[in-house]
Amino acid sequence: MTTFKKRLASVALATALGTGMNLAHAQEDPIKVGILHSLSGTMAISETVLKDTVEMLIEQQNAEGGLLGRELEAVVVDPASNWPLFAEKARELLAQEKVDVIFGNWTSVSRKSVLPVVEELNGLLFYPVQYEGEESSENVFYTGAAPNQQAIPAVDYLMNELGVERWVLAGTDYVYPRTTNKILETYLKDQGVAAEDIMINYTPFGHSDWQNIVSDIKSFGSAGKKTAVVSTINGDANVPFYRELGNQGISATDIPVVAFSVGEQELSGIDTGPLVGHLAAWNYFMSVDSDANYDFIDQWIEYTGDEAAVTNDPMEAHYIGFNMWVEAVQKAETTEVDAVKDAIIGVTVPNLSGGYATMMPNHHITKPVLIGEIQDNGQFSIVWQTPSTVAGDAWSDFLPGSRDLIADWRAPMRCGNFNVKEGKCGASAGEQAAAAE
Amino acid sequence: MSIPRWLTVLLIVLLTAPGLATAQEGDSAEALLEQLAEASPRDTETAIKAIATSGHERARDWMDAYGNNRLSQVKDTGQIVVVLNNRGRDWEVADALTGENLGEMSRRDLDRIAVNNAIRRQLEGVMAMMDLYANDVGVREAAALDLMGKVDGAIVGDVTARIEEEPDADIRSRLELAVAIYQIEEQGSAEAISVLAGSLHPRARAALNNAVASEDPALRPAAEQALGSIEQKLKLNKTAETLYFGLSLGSVLVLAAIGLAITFGVMGVINMAHGELIMLGAYTTWGMQQLLPGQPGLALILSIPAGFLVAALAGIAIERSVIQFLKGRPLETLLATFGISLILQQLVRTVISPQNRTVVSPEWMSGSLVINDALSLTLNRMYVLGFALVVFAALMLIMRRTRLGLEVRAVTQNRAMARSMGIRATRVDIMTFALGSGVAGLAGVALSQLTNVGPNLGQNYIIDSFMVVVFGGVGNLWGTLVAGLTLGTINQLLEPWAGAVLAKIIVLVFIILFIQKRPKGLFPQKGRAAEA
Repeated sequence: MTTFKKRLASVALATALGTGMNLAHAQEDPIKVGILHSLSGTMAISETVLKDTVEMLIEQQNAEGGLLGRELEAVVVDPASNWPLFAEKARELLAQEKVDVIFGNWTSVSRKSVLPVVEELNGLLFYPVQYEGEESSENVFYTGAAPNQQAIPAVDYLMNELGVERWVLAGTDYVYPRTTNKILETYLKDQGVAAEDIMINYTPFGHSDWQNIVSDIKSFGSAGKKTAVVSTINGDANVPFYRELGNQGISATDIPVVAFSVGEQELSGIDTGPLVGHLAAWNYFMSVDSDANYDFIDQWIEYTGDEAAVTNDPMEAHYIGFNMWVEAVQKAETTEVDAVKDAIIGVTVPNLSGGYATMMPNHHITKPVLIGEIQDNGQFSIVWQTPSTVAGDAWSDFLPGSRDLIADWRAPMRCGNFNVKEGKCGASAGEQAAAAE
Repeated sequence: MSIPRWLTVLLIVLLTAPGLATAQEGDSAEALLEQLAEASPRDTETAIKAIATSGHERARDWMDAYGNNRLSQVKDTGQIVVVLNNRGRDWEVADALTGENLGEMSRRDLDRIAVNNAIRRQLEGVMAMMDLYANDVGVREAAALDLMGKVDGAIVGDVTARIEEEPDADIRSRLELAVAIYQIEEQGSAEAISVLAGSLHPRARAALNNAVASEDPALRPAAEQALGSIEQKLKLNKTAETLYFGLSLGSVLVLAAIGLAITFGVMGVINMAHGELIMLGAYTTWGMQQLLPGQPGLALILSIPAGFLVAALAGIAIERSVIQFLKGRPLETLLATFGISLILQQLVRTVISPQNRTVVSPEWMSGSLVINDALSLTLNRMYVLGFALVVFAALMLIMRRTRLGLEVRAVTQNRAMARSMGIRATRVDIMTFALGSGVAGLAGVALSQLTNVGPNLGQNYIIDSFMVVVFGGVGNLWGTLVAGLTLGTINQLLEPWAGAVLAKIIVLVFIILFIQKRPKGLFPQKGRAAEA
């Protein structure tokens, strides 16, 4: 009833004052958008471009007249790749700066550190990076891929299109690769792959001496069955890994490597000549042939002033997340967190590959899955994509504990981990993250 | 149609009425390319074969361009072009039929003719088939190597015919292997197994493994026997390979640590910014390559003196501005230099970029030296190994044979006495620190060929460097060399069965235990100076 009155009043006001209303709103306080990305420390390599992306989107939104007639204002903080500092900075954004929404984080451990704060202070966080799943928080929107939107389709591609029968799962030793590989191992075994046809290998962060591992992969691959490497190797360790592959003469036609953490940004630091044909699975590539994408690239190059600037998957995730938030705010006619949270479920916005992304009730979004081959210009050429978009699955069907859990943030369930067998809702993601510390 | 026949056709076409021939050729060529552009994934094979057998003079170029993802179709006109430069938003293109340069075209207007690994594999086979008839022995050899495992029913006749004509014995045996693999896998021929016996090529082993796994009683025993002899040889090669890996990792450790062996070992300065001096050397290489585009090799060689200079100057600046005031206060030195390392990292992030920079490997450093099919030594690491030894020898020479070396040793052994003999201790301090820093810069130049060039480069090597110097014995250059190579080899020997993470931990535990037993490292300094 009250909302109806409000609406009536605003309609009356709008007709009465005409353009005067815009003027009145413009003088109101700006809407504050928090950006929580590391600008220094080890993660700055990946996260600085995401800060720039959100700033560019804000600038564009303001050029179009802002939101609800109000200006948007970016509040940038630097958590400096320091996980506990992420929580402090999130608290600063929500409690002191009173931002209406936060775009941020890259690593899972930084997200886990922020979770309790965002839940306690009832904030909104848009998280743009592919991750291991097994989480759904009331206050977080996951615009990156869950494992079923990246890892599993990639394995399907290798198995069905390339006839791969022998698998190397190589990853950096931390939670994302370990969880993803656990999911993949179960999945592969379900598909009838024998245990001796799976080789699992973990390496420390920043590993730079790949001689032995590459040589092992080479001999593992000469057993007579078509072999592929599924790589969850993170960040800096990729360059020496690919270099070693090239130097030891492993070409993509012999043993293809499909990577989940190597995008255009990472390739811009490598001489890609010897890597041609190796694969990556993402939900967006800079080489996607669509007008929306070409426009975005033009804007990005103009914004950065760098003709060689590249775009990548997490940037698209922020693009989608930002537009979804804008839609939801317009739908709710307020930036108030609870209203936006309810309004955003079901919101559909265009993505950059010519399709649409929808926010699902589990706070994950629908995405197409693309497989690209590395080219000599540091770009990917798309060789395969899912016929339709895939909805993100918060709880994997291939892990024993999570098979029975579902997430649905609509009334009346409003739960991120409802156990269908026991019929009850577990502790919130933030409480679990806090308990784990 | 067999290959030699189309070659004769090509010859006839070239010899008779050129004008007429080109016109007709142009028409059919267009049809051929269009067929390729519009082919569904299933038909590409036919389209490729059609081009290969067309005998068109540009056929090889088209396939090359297609394999490299450079064949595109203009969206509006349907014209087929070869992309010459595919960086940025506008691409330089040339007409595929005539080779005429059409200038730049927006990426939006081009439709890529898709290629993938499966097609590329076919292309490699087809192109290798064409190259088998080349005049250059090198091209033929590469082609024969490429045909390994790619021989199929369509070309086996031609390959077998080619074996008879091939003058080079090595290429002949390669081709025989390739045919034998086909015969075993497709025809179940037991005689062919004897051809594969003794071959170390992974593809040959794969074929034998498959034969063992098959239920065919005629194949199994022979294949098992052949495989047994191969395994024996492989084991030897594997050991040699692991040793090489160990030496190579060791040489990287030596390079990273040897500068520290001077600043920390000889001068006693705990320099936490040592890693960032390495990073500066690596960035110098990148800068040099930016200055000399298209000449990565020359840039790399020039980077050696330049990297030394840049890092040495940075070292002097650090020494003059901070370290000289903290003489004899190790804890403060540690903290201050740690601060400097953070400042330098962030400086690079802000001034250059937080992203990694691309450092191109010159042609002569890519690939590997092939000893046999199972053992090949990667060239970039071999150069680094050689470079590390040269740097070490040069340093030994400086310390043992020059006046600077003499003065350094005098000052570190007894500062007061050296000064009273007329040695300017401050100047020696500066020179020594500059030398150590410069060598760190050299390490950076070498590392730019192995790993990322980014702001975090130094961090990854600082712990290892201290480990090597302490293990080798502080103040002893020989100790650093032996320690680096030992630790590298131990690490690589452990890695295959312990895994990379555990291998690193075991090495660390080993060093801790060793230092407990012998606090002064492998080669402790002797004499009165050491006790002081």
